[in-house]
Amino acid sequence: MKIITYPEDILKQSCDPVTKFDQEFQDFVAELESFMRSQPGGIGIAAPQVGRMQRLCIVDLTGMTRGKKKKPVPNQGRLILVNPEITKWEGFELGREGCMSVPDYTGNVIRATRIELTAFDEFGNSHNYESEGYEARAIQHEADHLDGLLFLDRLVSRKTDLFKRKQK
Amino acid sequence: MRQWYMIALVGKDRAGIVAQITEALLGAGATLGETSMMRLGCNFTIMMMVGMDGDESKLCRVVEPVAKQLDLHFHVDEIEPGLHQHQTPDLRITVYGADRPGIVAQVTSVLAESEVNITDLDSQVGGDQEKPIYILMIEALSDRDVEEIEDALNRSTDGVNFRIEEIDTLIG
Repeated sequence: MKIITYPEDILKQSCDPVTKFDQEFQDFVAELESFMRSQPGGIGIAAPQVGRMQRLCIVDLTGMTRGKKKKPVPNQGRLILVNPEITKWEGFELGREGCMSVPDYTGNVIRATRIELTAFDEFGNSHNYESEGYEARAIQHEADHLDGLLFLDRLVSRKTDLFKRKQK
Repeated sequence: MRQWYMIALVGKDRAGIVAQITEALLGAGATLGETSMMRLGCNFTIMMMVGMDGDESKLCRVVEPVAKQLDLHFHVDEIEPGLHQHQTPDLRITVYGADRPGIVAQVTSVLAESEVNITDLDSQVGGDQEKPIYILMIEALSDRDVEEIEDALNRSTDGVNFRIEEIDTLIG
């Protein structure tokens, strides 16, 4: 397994829904998860990033920290998201993103701060999720891959200032 | 052999500056690296990395007629290319206050003493002409705690508001 990098065309294509939750698919999910965890950062990956054009992404922010004080990031652990559909978006927040498929570049992207979604797991069981903050950002980033969207499609100017101002 | 140059151009802003300069470079077989082009006051400024086979005088001969036509001053230096060496900033510092001499010097001196490495700085003058305000947006790299840098800025700056926040970069 290897990461496909832009400008490879398939990263800009929509993926097909998963219809077979068979052993072959479950083996692929396990392999993708293992591959994700072997990558630097390793908090999320989408199937098209390794060339499989199916609507599957994995997010796991377990153990992830933010900032110099290494504050834990609230998260729900391992999320296998098959045919995910984000059904509700609330709030917006500017944050910096990069992507394994776009090496050596990071940029500012606006994402919803809180989302609701439905998805199947690798066995075909349906789940409803609510997510916020960094985990919600990761889910939105990975789900975008399934529609052929990269964070490059959502870049905003480095001068965009949506940050709440406060006086010292 | 391909050499890399930094070209700086500045002049009164008008439509078409970027197109005419870059078309002239393309016509001469040059390629662009990273660039920064923006309006500062009523001027348009360009800093761009240009790769070209040939020496500095060849590049100057390409740029000079267009710059002259557009009434732009320009300067060329040979540089190392250094592409694909991005540093991802981990701090965003916003500073604003009533405009007065010394805001940038004061703030950046404190940051330098705190070993904060600025990767990007934009400043603009806003407000009205009678009461102008100065706004600085800085992105930087630092190993120091935010509180430590805040304390240093609190001790050494007067009359400005500032805010420091950490930038976490999600790699998906």
